[in-house]
Amino acid sequence: MSEEEEQVTNDSPRAEPEHEFGFETRQLHAGQRPDPNTGARAVPIFQTTSYVFEDPESAAAYFNLQEYGNTYSRIMNPTVAVFEERVANLEGAAGAVAFASGIAAQAAALFTLLEPGDHVVSSSALYGGTVNQLKHLLRKMNVELTWVDPDDLDAWRGAVRPETKAFFAETIGNPAGNVLDIEPVAAIAHEHGVPLLVDNTFATPYLCRPIEWGADIVIHSATKFLGGHGTSIGGVVAEAGTFDWSNGRFPVVADPSPAYHGLQFHETFGMYGYLMKLRAETLRDLGGALSPFNAFLFLQGMETLSLRMERHVTNARRVAEFLQGHELASKVSYPGLPSSRYRPLVDKYLPGGPGAVFSFDVAGGRAGGQALIRGVNLWSHLANVGDAKSLIIHPASTTHRQLGDEELAAAGVGPGTVRLSVGTESVDDLLWDLERGFANVAATLEKESAPA
Amino acid sequence: MTDLTRYQDPLRIQRVLNTARTIAVVGLSNNELRASYFVGYYLRRHGYRVIPVNPRAKEILGETSYPSLLDVPEKVDIVNVFRAPDALPGIAEEAVRIGAGSLWAQFGVINLDAARAAEDGGVPVVMDRCIKVEHARYVGRMHWLGFNTQRITSVRAGLQ
Ligand SMILES: Cc1ncc(COP(=O)(O)O)c(C=O)c1O
Repeated sequence: MSEEEEQVTNDSPRAEPEHEFGFETRQLHAGQRPDPNTGARAVPIFQTTSYVFEDPESAAAYFNLQEYGNTYSRIMNPTVAVFEERVANLEGAAGAVAFASGIAAQAAALFTLLEPGDHVVSSSALYGGTVNQLKHLLRKMNVELTWVDPDDLDAWRGAVRPETKAFFAETIGNPAGNVLDIEPVAAIAHEHGVPLLVDNTFATPYLCRPIEWGADIVIHSATKFLGGHGTSIGGVVAEAGTFDWSNGRFPVVADPSPAYHGLQFHETFGMYGYLMKLRAETLRDLGGALSPFNAFLFLQGMETLSLRMERHVTNARRVAEFLQGHELASKVSYPGLPSSRYRPLVDKYLPGGPGAVFSFDVAGGRAGGQALIRGVNLWSHLANVGDAKSLIIHPASTTHRQLGDEELAAAGVGPGTVRLSVGTESVDDLLWDLERGFANVAATLEKESAPA
Repeated sequence: MTDLTRYQDPLRIQRVLNTARTIAVVGLSNNELRASYFVGYYLRRHGYRVIPVNPRAKEILGETSYPSLLDVPEKVDIVNVFRAPDALPGIAEEAVRIGAGSLWAQFGVINLDAARAAEDGGVPVVMDRCIKVEHARYVGRMHWLGFNTQRITSVRAGLQ
């Protein structure tokens, strides 16, 4: 026992020495300690709207943010807080704030740092729902938007304006599988005093931690791999705590806040300033809070995150190889394939594998894509990804339906494109089922080409 | 990069927080919206006796404010510093002279010469850490707001 340790243990709480815990330990423990009241080992579900104050002074201290305290579950909840801290810990962030959905998390992350007249630069290779959100929500907020090809560093650089307040991209683009070159994109953002926001939904912190490469804010749709069970919608924003919000570009974060009796969030809370504002103002005012029960379910999922992701990656690689060798499939976008142009970026940012969501083109265009989906039994035809069960969808007729042809092309979606989210089943069963789907594609194409 | 590990040792931080009662806050502001006021208010709520050291105020948080550490008429367990780094050597010297239990310099208040002088004079130093955050991390409720406390423990601890 060290000298310091000896002195602590005499008459005070058990000392906690410095130790770097591994990912698998943290995915089980971070954010949670045995309940001090009851000793409960599992995370209790605090299904309560509000919290009794000790006395008027304590109540005032909580509302003034002078003391960490629970007031109302729209703003904070002890079960949700365990989920938030666990994500923050796994991402290497200063903290996190949870939201009712991934889309709500994105809206809140941006809303906190934007004002009318501002400008955002975003990758064009995004989940279709995010494309819609950025296009329409920002327009209604009177914020301008420039789409860039995420692979083109000069495009990011060239798009910056004096009013630019954020760069936005996905670690692995949905559904074309672009892998973001995080380090130089973050460097370009920082050259201009702008933060980089990364949607890390498809990689999860097990496969990639964007903050380690310079990202400032990491967003998840927890609905996907973090939960892994497909039971709950939720989202979360984690912030590194290292961005200088007082660099002159962000009066909205640094100046006295009219929404919080003149409080200067960055000066007063330092590395926690953005997160405090995200919770105490944005979550308070937009109101998209995560329910404690959903937070509990996400925590159950996250306990096995590393185990599931390893399996997802192994299965995804097998399925991608199978498709690459199939005569009725082409343009398999899995960045883990040796032939992928993203291979060097995968080696750098995603050494454990580039997740399990990718797309490919089925022969026969729209009819071929639909025939494949009609021909499978085990793959679930639905609009989601990241479930432990394998999922399949035809983006042109579903998730990306609202996009025009040009936007479709920019997002890497063709008429015959099918997107897979490879689950953790016995991989031979997945291949067997796809083979049956392709048989249906072949039959359909034959029928079509047969002379009437 | 300067190596501050010695001044940020979690065991030292826990010992300092768990054994102190009286904290002199040098540079405590009378403005309710300043970080130092948030910290002073918080420490008082958690049972510490907070003594303001600020020559420009008579009274802060309902306590007499003293012009310098040398004027504080009682034993000081922690000297907590909210001043520019170049003020730290003078404060370290005074901390040694009054026999303070420890010297705690807030985020960004970094001065290695001052830290060395304090330790040579028998006053252990915590530097570039926020005393409120560290208290909230180990004793308090920082985890209630989703902050990353970095703590991993299966020990059942007392009520907050
Ligand atoms: C990459 C990505 N980001 C964000 C979202 C939005 O998340 P949610 O559906 O939880 O609102 C999705 C959902 O499909 C997604 O795939």
